[in-house]
Amino acid sequence: MKKELPSLEGPVCALPRSHKDKIVLGHGSGGKMMADLIRDTFYPPLSNPALLAGNDAGVVQLANGTRLAVSTDAHVVSPLFFRGGDIGKLAVCGTVNDVAMVGAKPLYLTASFILEEGLELSVLDNVVQSMKSAAEEAGVEIISGDTKVVAHGEADGLYISTTGVGMLDPDLNIGGAEAKPGDLVIISGTIGDHGIVVLEARGELGFETNLKSDIAPLNHLITAMLNVSNSIHVLRDPTRGGVATALNEISKQSGVGIILDENSLPIQPAVSAACEMLGFDPLYIANEGKLLAVISGKDVEKVLDVMKKTRYGENAVVIGEVVDSPRGRLLLKTGLGSTRIVDVLAGEMLPRIC
Amino acid sequence: MCLGVPGKIIEIYQKQGLTMAKVDFSGVTREACIEHVPEAKVGDYAVIHVGFAISLLSEEEALQSMELLREILEAGEELRDETSS
Amino acid sequence: MKYLSEYRDAELVHSTIKKIGDTVSQPWTIMEICGGQTHSIIRNGLDQLLPDEIELVHGPGCPVCVTPLELIDKALAIASQPDVIFTSYGDMLRVPGSEADLFSIRAQGGDIRVVYSPLDALKIAQENPDKEVVFFAIGFETTAPANVMSILQAEQLHINNFTILVSHVRVPQAIEVILGSPNNRVQGFLAAGHVCAVMGYWEYLLIAEKYQIPITVTGFEPLDIVQGILNTVESLESGEPVVKNAYIRAVTEQGNQAAQETINKVFESCDRKWRGIGVIPGSGWRLKPAYSAYDAELRFNVQTIQAEESPLCISGLVLQGIKKPAECEAFGTLCSPENPLGATMVSDEGACAAYYRYRNHNSR
Repeated sequence: MKKELPSLEGPVCALPRSHKDKIVLGHGSGGKMMADLIRDTFYPPLSNPALLAGNDAGVVQLANGTRLAVSTDAHVVSPLFFRGGDIGKLAVCGTVNDVAMVGAKPLYLTASFILEEGLELSVLDNVVQSMKSAAEEAGVEIISGDTKVVAHGEADGLYISTTGVGMLDPDLNIGGAEAKPGDLVIISGTIGDHGIVVLEARGELGFETNLKSDIAPLNHLITAMLNVSNSIHVLRDPTRGGVATALNEISKQSGVGIILDENSLPIQPAVSAACEMLGFDPLYIANEGKLLAVISGKDVEKVLDVMKKTRYGENAVVIGEVVDSPRGRLLLKTGLGSTRIVDVLAGEMLPRIC
Repeated sequence: MCLGVPGKIIEIYQKQGLTMAKVDFSGVTREACIEHVPEAKVGDYAVIHVGFAISLLSEEEALQSMELLREILEAGEELRDETSS
Repeated sequence: MKYLSEYRDAELVHSTIKKIGDTVSQPWTIMEICGGQTHSIIRNGLDQLLPDEIELVHGPGCPVCVTPLELIDKALAIASQPDVIFTSYGDMLRVPGSEADLFSIRAQGGDIRVVYSPLDALKIAQENPDKEVVFFAIGFETTAPANVMSILQAEQLHINNFTILVSHVRVPQAIEVILGSPNNRVQGFLAAGHVCAVMGYWEYLLIAEKYQIPITVTGFEPLDIVQGILNTVESLESGEPVVKNAYIRAVTEQGNQAAQETINKVFESCDRKWRGIGVIPGSGWRLKPAYSAYDAELRFNVQTIQAEESPLCISGLVLQGIKKPAECEAFGTLCSPENPLGATMVSDEGACAAYYRYRNHNSR
C-alpha cells in the first residue's frame, strides 16, 4: 500500500504564475492567491490582534466590557439577479452570516452603493426591496448608507459594500483556532449550489439547470445551535473557495488535521453533474446559505437534531472529523477507501478539457 | 485530454446547418453538436466532449462489461467462502 | 444505466483490484497516457489501492503539459493586440509563457475569454464582427473533431473574423518515442479511451506488434481504470503483447468514422514539438493549405516567434517515466508550482506538480 497521499486541487488555476506586480482575477477567488495578498499587502501595515485572528468578523472588547463583532464585505456578483437570489439579498445575508459565525448576534448593518451610470432605477428598486426582506428575516436594521455613481462601463451595474455589527456573549469563544482533535465537522446542507447557479446565470458556459442559489441568513440557525451546546468550537460559512478552502483555513488556524468522508458530502445531483461536465470539484464552489460547524463529539447528536428542525439546517449532516495530524492539512477519504489531500484553491477556477 | 461525460439526448434539431441536440446530464442540460453520431436518436446516451458527441454509448456493451465485473466479484466471494469453511 | 455511478462502485473496484493482486507475480511498470486518466487516478487514490507490484507512470497525456513554449508566446502576442478577442479552453489560461501568461494579458486589458466549446468561440466571432476572434485550438485527437468543425462552420457561414491557433498532438507517435527510447521502463500502456473513441485503436495494433508490448484501451471512471490495469497485467503475465479494449461501451476498433472524416477534411499530419520531449515526427496536425485563411499564425504573422526552454528542466525524462521529479536539481527550489520551469510542473496532472504536493505534505 502506497504511503503518499495524492493531492488534487481541483479545477483550478493550479499553478498560477506568480503575479507580483498586478492584480489578476485569481486574487479575488478566495483561495491561496487571495490569502497571500492579504498576508503580504494588507496585514503588515494594518496589523492588530482582531484582524490577525483571521476570522469572519473582527472581535473587540470595549472599555465597559461589551464585546462587539464587526464584519465587512463587498458584493460584486454578476449578473445582479439569478435564480434564488440577487446582489441585495447576498449583501445582507453575507454580512449577517459573517457576524454570526463568531457567535455574535447581528444587530445593525451599513450599506454603501456604487452605481453604474445607466443602471435602471427599477433594478435598484428591486435590489433594495430584496435587502429589506432579507434584513427583516435576519432581524437586523440598516442604519447608515452611502451612494456613489461611477461612469458607464465601471461597476458591472452595481456594487454593494456592507458592514455589520453584532454583540457577543462574554463567554463565547468561537473561531478558526478553536478546533480540537476528536471534534466532528457538520455542514448545514448541500454544497455548491450558489456557485453553479451564478455560473449558469452568466451564460458563458451555456448550460441550464433548475437549481436555486442558497443565499440565506443563518443567524437564527446559529442561535438555535448555541442554545443546545456550548461546545461549538468553530463556525464558518464556506463562501468563495468553498468547503475545501474554509476547512483548510481552520485546520491551519487550529493546528489540526481534518478528514472528510466523500460518501457523506451532500451534493445535489445537478450540481454534481455540472461539475462533472466542466471539470469542477464541488468542494471548491461557493455557498452562500450554508455553515460549517466544528463541534465536540459529545454534542453532535443534539446539535444535528436541532439543526434539522430549524430553517436552513434541514439537511445538516456530519461530513468529517478533526484529528491530531497531519497538522494544518485537509484530507479526504474517498468512496473507495483511499485518502488524498485536499489543497486550497490556488487562483481562479477554470473549466477544463483535460 | 479527454473530459468526456455521458449525457442523454432529449431533443434533436438543426441549428445553422448543424445537427444539434439538447443533452441532459442528470439535471443539467446543455446543447451539443451530434454531427459525428448521425445515427443518434432521442433517448440515446452519448459521450460529450467540449460540446460535441464523440461516441454513442452502447447499453448492451455496458451491461456486458458490468456482467464480467460482477463475475469477478462473485468468483472472489466464492473463493473466500471456500477457504474459510 | 446512467454510465457514471455504476463505474464507481466500490465493491466492484476492490474485487477487481484483488484480482490484479492475485494475477500479478512480479513488478510491472504501466503508463497511462491521458491527463484525464491521471486525474481520475489521483482523485480516487487508485495508486494507493493497487498492489505494490504495479507502478503507474503518468505519461505526456495532457495538452497543457506538452504545448511548446513558443506556441504560448505566440498566443500571448496575439492576445495582446488591440481589437482581438482571444478565446481558449480553461486549461490553457494558466500556462506561463516566457514572460507572461494569459491572466496578466487580461490584467493589462486584453479581451480573453474562456469557452467551453469551439462553437461558442465562433458565436463570439459572429456577434463581434468588428473584432478579430482567435481560438486556441489545442488538444489530442479527442478534441480535433470539435476544433475542426468550428472552421468548417466558419467557412459555411462566411465568418471571416475567426481564426484558430493550432496545437494538436497525437498519441501513437508519442508512444513510439517513449518505447523507442533506450532508457524506457514502460512495459504496458493504458490507451486513452476518448482518443480511441474518435480514432479507433487499430493504430495501436501495429505498435504492440512492433515493440511487443500490451496496450489496453481504458476509460476514465475508477472501475474502467482498474479494469484496464487488470487486462494489461493479464497480458503481461501471459507474455502476450496484445491490444485489448476495456472501454467497449464507447470504443470500437475503427473509431468514429464521421469524426475522422471531419478531421481529414481540414487537418494534415505534421511534425510537432512536444514541450520537454522535442520534435516528434508526424505527431501533430496542422491546417491544410486550403484552410490557411483560418490560421491565426498567418493572420497575425507570429510564425517566427521562438522560445528557449529552461536548461534545468528535465520534464522530458519525467514524462517518459525515466526519471522521477525528485531527481531533478531544480525540483522544489528554482522550480515549483508557483514558478514552473517546465511542462510537468505547469499542469495539475503533471508528474512534478503532483510530486510537489506529496513533498509538501511530507515535509510538514
